Order: sequence, then structure tokens, then C-alpha cells
Amino acid sequence: MNWFVRLLTSSLGRKLIMSLTGLFLITFLLVHLGGNLQLLNNDEGKSFNLYAKMMTTNPIIKITSYGLYFFILLHAVQGLLIWNKNRVATGTKYAVKKKSPGTTWASNNMALLGTIVLVFLGIHMGDFWFAMKYQTWPDAEAGRELIKYTLDDGTISEAKNLYGKVNWSFSQAWIVIVYLVSMIGLGFHLWHGFESAFQTLGLNHKKYTPFIRLVGKIYSVLIPALFALIPIMYFLGMRFPDWLVFHFI
Amino acid sequence: MAGKTINIKVKVWRQGGKYPKGQFETYDLKDVGTDMSFLEMFDVLNEQLVSKKEMPVAFEHDCREGICGTCSMVIDGQPHGPMKGTTTCQLHMRSFKDGATITVEPFRAKSFPVIRDLVVDRSSFDAIIQAGGYISVNTGQAQDANAIPIEKDTSEKAFDAATCIGCGACVAACPNSAAMLFTSAKVSHLATMPQGKVESQKRVQAMVNQMDKEGFGMCSNIKACEAECPKEISTDNIALMNREYLASVLGSDKEG
Ligand code: HEM
Ligand code: SF4
Ligand code: FES
Repeated sequence: MNWFVRLLTSSLGRKLIMSLTGLFLITFLLVHLGGNLQLLNNDEGKSFNLYAKMMTTNPIIKITSYGLYFFILLHAVQGLLIWNKNRVATGTKYAVKKKSPGTTWASNNMALLGTIVLVFLGIHMGDFWFAMKYQTWPDAEAGRELIKYTLDDGTISEAKNLYGKVNWSFSQAWIVIVYLVSMIGLGFHLWHGFESAFQTLGLNHKKYTPFIRLVGKIYSVLIPALFALIPIMYFLGMRFPDWLVFHFI
Repeated sequence: MAGKTINIKVKVWRQGGKYPKGQFETYDLKDVGTDMSFLEMFDVLNEQLVSKKEMPVAFEHDCREGICGTCSMVIDGQPHGPMKGTTTCQLHMRSFKDGATITVEPFRAKSFPVIRDLVVDRSSFDAIIQAGGYISVNTGQAQDANAIPIEKDTSEKAFDAATCIGCGACVAACPNSAAMLFTSAKVSHLATMPQGKVESQKRVQAMVNQMDKEGFGMCSNIKACEAECPKEISTDNIALMNREYLASVLGSDKEG
């Protein structure tokens, strides 16, 4: 067998794919959060809508987004295949199983937590990404409108009012609850996943592993919490105070 | 020296002979001395069974001093029982309460099929060792001790990994039945020593390939293995194996 195929199909190689795609997704989440926090600006969606327009039209971002879709799928499919292979390898269950000291609940439930994130991604992409890309704008009945913005240099830019769509979605209690549960799921996935990715890469040393752990714990709490802040504040009709206008890029 | 005694119930997995599919049987044991080892408790139980003309409980044991790694069983949900860093043979009945019901099962993993009662077939481990867990040297006269220099901390690291007794508790403890801790302990021990470095690139690929072939699971870095290992082998060795494997596949002509 070709060395490359052998690498990618070996147990260590398959975990390497999980680790690299996972770290890529961790980086993506930071960018995604930066863009989305503009939703909280108290500007009727201007900054966010113009940002969303740039994201759907910029060719570099388009190419990157195909990479992103591929890596999410690769991570999810590979993760579920690994889960299945491990289930087969385990065979008969123990009658009594005691939790081993020092192990976390999250580390034992990565496939479950990943699946929560996957289901969420389906709902999330259907709600916003699909609407943005494939539905007709404007469509007054479905609440999809176009808005003309005057930019700083005086030119006019027409943008889809994705902000309005978000506002509508996050006024529904069930959608807000789905988002909150999913962000908790993501947080637990990363509580273990962040440091696990480095161990998989073989990056483990007492010089820096405590630091990686700390960053991982902070990331896995802070980032999902900030994502969750958006639907919560929308549901409560809250925005950033006027003195805080957050611009990303 | 009349020690303390306790009364216990032992709920043991029986498989083979009278129990073709395998099932639990519960036995009462009275006046068990707390200074007895867990295996001696089984010896007493088996004498009782034999005197009743029943089949004794089959379990593996050899050295009974914590160095051979044969005394495999899962006691109340933990491989080698509740005592940290201790094999079953070194576990004593003082670790259990009077009146307790102790559940004893064989190691569970597809790659460790049950032979009888608590005895499982661990030849999958032998296959991993045969694939690369050796160094190729001609035996001859004993070398001078200082002929091959090694730093003290390096030799200590190698020795820590070398204390793995191949018991399989790591596989038994792992929710994925992965053999990463065992394999990495061997890879790490040999790759750290000057004598083992020579073949280390080929070795790591060969041992990982064999580990996969034997049908063990993959590592989710849960670290249950490290927690239950009677020799407290560190998962740092797994990171080292991950590094060695990548470096070997990407950076050498070797194939395992
Ligand atoms: C944006 C979302 C996600 C991020 C940032 C993420 C990140 C990670 C990271 C960093 C790891 C650790 C890799 C390692 O142990 O080397 C991981 C593991 C895992 N992920 Fe995700 N993940 C995400 C979504 C998903 C989804 C949608 C699934 C689908 C089921 C999934 C399933 C898994 C599984 C099963 C593992 C454990 C693999 C193993 O160690 O056995 N993840 N993830
Ligand atoms: S690593 Fe520990 S648990 Fe695994 S075989 Fe070696 S001694 Fe046993
Ligand atoms: S019988 Fe040898 S280690 Fe327990």
C-alpha cells in the first residue's frame, strides 16, 4: 500500500486527521465569533449586514469556505467512523464499571457531543447560511429585505438584511434553547478536544502542556459563552451600549 | 498473630464447561483473613468448590509479586481492583469491607477473547511485541557497562517505560479498548535507549500496524489507562509514540 494511504488509514493517522481538522475548526470559530459579535452593535444591523455581504462576495473567503465545509465533514465523518470502530473493538460491556480517577465525562462522550454540534450545524446552516445563499432576496412575506447603506466614503451599498432574519429567529424561544444547549455541547467537546488535539500531535511536554491545558479550558468556556450571548441578548432585546461599537476586520 | 477477618460475597464471571454462554455466580466466603491477597482469597474459594466437586474458578497467576502481569481481572469495575498502582496479586482483602459483594469479571476487549472464567487470551500483545518490540544484537560476551553511554535522566525515562509488565489493564480500562499505553511503553522504552534507537523508525511503524491489525481501538486521550495501570505508565509515552510514528512515516524510508 502507498505510504500516504497507509498513514491516513492507520489508527494514528486517523486521529491525526481529527486533531488537525479540529484545530482548524477551533481557529475558524474565533473568526466566526468575531464577525457575529457585530450583531450586538446597537446600529440596527448595519455593521453586521455589510460584513455579511463582504463574506459572501469576497473570492478569497469563498475559497476558504469550501475548505471549511470539507474539513467539518471530514472531522464529523471520521469522528463517527472512529466511534464505531471503537465500539466494535470493545465488545462485551462490563457489568460494573467504575469511572477511572482523573478522566473527564467529556472525554468519554466526544461522539455524543460532536453529534450535538453536528445537529446544531444542520439547523444553524439551514436557518442562516441557506437563507443567505439560496433563497430569493427580497421576499417581503418571509421577512427577507434588502437595505441600502451609505458608506463612509459616500457610496451606496445594498445588502441583504440578515440581521433582520437573525432578529426574527432569536425571538423564538425554542431556537434560543437549541443554541444554548448546542453551545454547552460545544464547550464540553472542546473541554477535552482542545488539549487532546495536542496530545494526538505528540505535542506533550511539561514545559508547555500546562499552558495548553489552561488555554483550552479558557477557550472551551469563553468562546461558546460568547456565542451563546448573542441569542440570549436578542431574546431579551438587549444590545451593546452605544459607546461600544465592535468592528471586525 | 490472629488478624481480622471479614465475610464477603464474591460474584464471579463463569464461562466455559457448565456455563457455555457465560454468567455470574455468587459465592459466600466466611472468615476471610484481611491479610490474604486477593488471589489467596480465590485459592480458598476454589478449595471449597473442589471439595463440593465443582469446577474451580479459572484465573491466571504466576509470580504473585506484581512483576509478571498475568493476574488479570476486573474487580468492582477496576482492572486489578481499587488500589492504585497495584496488581491483583498485590491487592489484599483489607481493601474490602465486611459484608461486601465483590464483582469480578474478565478483562473485556474484542482482542482479548475469554478462554475460561477470568482467563483471557492476550496473544494479541505477543503479536505486537513480535512485530518490533526487540533489538537485533548478536549475543556474545557481556559488554563493558560503560561502553554505550546514556544520560541518567534518559535512562530513568527508559526504565519508567520498561516497567510495563504487559498485563493488559490499559486495554481493559480503556472505553475504546485501545492498546496505546502498552504499545507506546514498549516503543518509548526502546526508542529512548541507545541500543534500541537503531531500529526505532522501523519498529514504531511495525508495532502500530500490528496493533491496528489485532483490532484494538483508537486513542481518544481519555487516560483511563494511565489511571488504572498497575505500573503507573504515563500517557506521555503515547505522545512520544505519536511523534515517533509521524517522524518515521514522513521522515524516513522505513516501512513497518
Ligand atoms: C466546530 C465544531 C468542532 C470543533 C471545533 C471540534 C474540535 C475537536 C477537537 C479539537 C477534537 C480533538 C481531536 C483529538 O483528539 O486529537 C475533536 C474530537 C472529536 N470530534 Fe470534534 N469538533 C467539532 C465538531 C465535531 C462534529 C460536528 C463531530 C461529529 C460527530 C465531531 C466529532 C468528534 C469526535 C467523535 C471526536 C473524538 C475523536 C477521538 O478522539 O476518538 N466533532 N473535535
Ligand atoms: S501499560 Fe500498564 S496497564 Fe498497560 S500492559 Fe503495561 S503495565 Fe499493564
Ligand atoms: S501474578 Fe504476577 S503480577 Fe500478579
